[in-house]
Amino acid sequence: MADIHSVIGTKNKKGQTYTDTWKMMNEAPRTPSFYTGSEVIKEAVRRASCDVMIAYPITPQSEAAALIGELFAEGYIGDYFRGESEFAVMSQCAGAAFGGARVFTTTAGPGTMRAMENFPMWSGARLPIQMIVTCRGINSPLSIQPDTLEIAYLLNTGMLVWHAETAQDFFDWILKGYMVSEEPDVHLPLALCCDGFFVTHTKDVVNLTPADMCLPPYDPYRSPVPCMDMECPPVRMMRDPFVMKSNYISYATHASWQQEVWAAVERSRKHSIHWLNGLIDTENTDADIMIVASGTAVSQGREAIRLLEDEGVRCGLVKVKTLRPWPEEEIREATKNAKHIFVPEFNVTGWLAKEIKATIPNHERVHAGPHVCGGMTMPPEIIVNEIKTTLGLKKSFVMAGRGS
Amino acid sequence: MSQYRVLPGPEHFLPPAAASMGIQLPNPGEAHINGVIVSEDKAYEEAAKQFLMAKVPTIFPGPLVLWAWNEKAAKKATAVRHLYNTLKECVQPGQTPMLIPMPDYRPKYPKINPEVEINPNHPNLTIWHNKIDCCMFIGVHCHQANLSLKIIRGGTSCYTIAMCAQAGHEDAMLSFRDASVEKIMKLAEWVKKLKGTVQPRLTSAKSGASN
Repeated sequence: MADIHSVIGTKNKKGQTYTDTWKMMNEAPRTPSFYTGSEVIKEAVRRASCDVMIAYPITPQSEAAALIGELFAEGYIGDYFRGESEFAVMSQCAGAAFGGARVFTTTAGPGTMRAMENFPMWSGARLPIQMIVTCRGINSPLSIQPDTLEIAYLLNTGMLVWHAETAQDFFDWILKGYMVSEEPDVHLPLALCCDGFFVTHTKDVVNLTPADMCLPPYDPYRSPVPCMDMECPPVRMMRDPFVMKSNYISYATHASWQQEVWAAVERSRKHSIHWLNGLIDTENTDADIMIVASGTAVSQGREAIRLLEDEGVRCGLVKVKTLRPWPEEEIREATKNAKHIFVPEFNVTGWLAKEIKATIPNHERVHAGPHVCGGMTMPPEIIVNEIKTTLGLKKSFVMAGRGS
Repeated sequence: MSQYRVLPGPEHFLPPAAASMGIQLPNPGEAHINGVIVSEDKAYEEAAKQFLMAKVPTIFPGPLVLWAWNEKAAKKATAVRHLYNTLKECVQPGQTPMLIPMPDYRPKYPKINPEVEINPNHPNLTIWHNKIDCCMFIGVHCHQANLSLKIIRGGTSCYTIAMCAQAGHEDAMLSFRDASVEKIMKLAEWVKKLKGTVQPRLTSAKSGASN
């Protein structure tokens, strides 16, 4: 049994030094690099001491999955293979994690939906798998373009769900994500989401940690459930489930099992705050008008705030970093002064606005929108127009196709 | 800070997980009593008192200390045995300390008796129709421990203590974290120190407190 602390300072087979993660992320020198989001995923995984990566092609994550294959060829990953489908991939990830491996995978859109049955199973089995979700359209007719609707389906799986705004978030959160999800009191899978193409296929300057430093390896002996044992729960109960028995205590156990998964999501709050420096970021929280957003809608909101400032309208911003754990108290506090709260989203249903409405008092303050979906971009000008229309001010911009 | 308190039950048909009620785990060097963060020293004293008050103080060692899968586990098992022997030496007539091993989590078939047993994942975890009025978990995998601690709180008046090797358990009435041989021995010392100073409760049925 390896003691994690005893390997700090030693080298792996690639000559990388296992480094205290806090020092690596906060004190080690950073090198600015001009990379696509997919390349950034590869660079994070290079430093993540992953044992297993399982891949399946689906746009827009295919490039990242292929690049991680290169890492395997270079010897940075213990094992790498292509599954038969997304469902197979997620099942194989479970097998690897049951066996005590640090596991990484990527998926998107219909792939996420196809594999959905596995995600509550991962949570229930307390498997700290990390899954990158490069969000895209999930509906028919087919769309491969950015759309965040799939995140709504992940919110009740018992997984941790984080939503990255930029490639820099992605790089840092992949590495920090393992630190949170592998804590024994958490030990849950993490869906680390981004808006496909906008983050994966655009280049940005990202500050990378040294390539010769890597995370300490995963210690499966700290798991809250035993490593794979066919005779013990949770494996035993997957093949011989509670549903086969009918008595109070069997049902009470199953109910308690589910409660324990959500208790673990709650416990992740403390660790997420520690590693992400809070579950939300805020600007101008004394303003009457607030934009609350996650993912790249934050960037568009930030630009809209700049445009509004030029016109003398002061507006604040809440960047929601973690959707699970949900930053209920933080959002309530950050929006307590707001008279109007706008929630721009890249999906048709407005799931983030619904979450916020369920969180804050006087939820009639929440304006769900503007929405775009199906791959449309969200020009900051439409956020400005939405805000100005609500305030009864004259619109600043004429937006084609929007009835202006 | 949460107003919820983790108290002996019976609490509810399906009590909430304490973490969902805002109870937080202690940081290193701390413990919790009823969901309130306290110093470890205070927790040793309270745990020893609860053991010495109970009619049937019971230790439930789980697989992480029952199997000699590493040197530390074997030493912890010896320390658990020492704690049990200390309890036997320090209790008064009428009190019956017990040491009930839970070597694995295999579900029990074809059926379990919910009046007697707590959790199908712990075939040996029994509170004997609520006759065990104080118990301590040690070496039980965290997920399994939380399930059982919550079910015990829901349906019985048993006082639960967790000597957890990781981050601790909110669902116990009292929890240590980062359990080590030294901590188990220190708890035994506190039991010895309080011998004769605590009035045992010689009836096992309690009405139970609730939130």
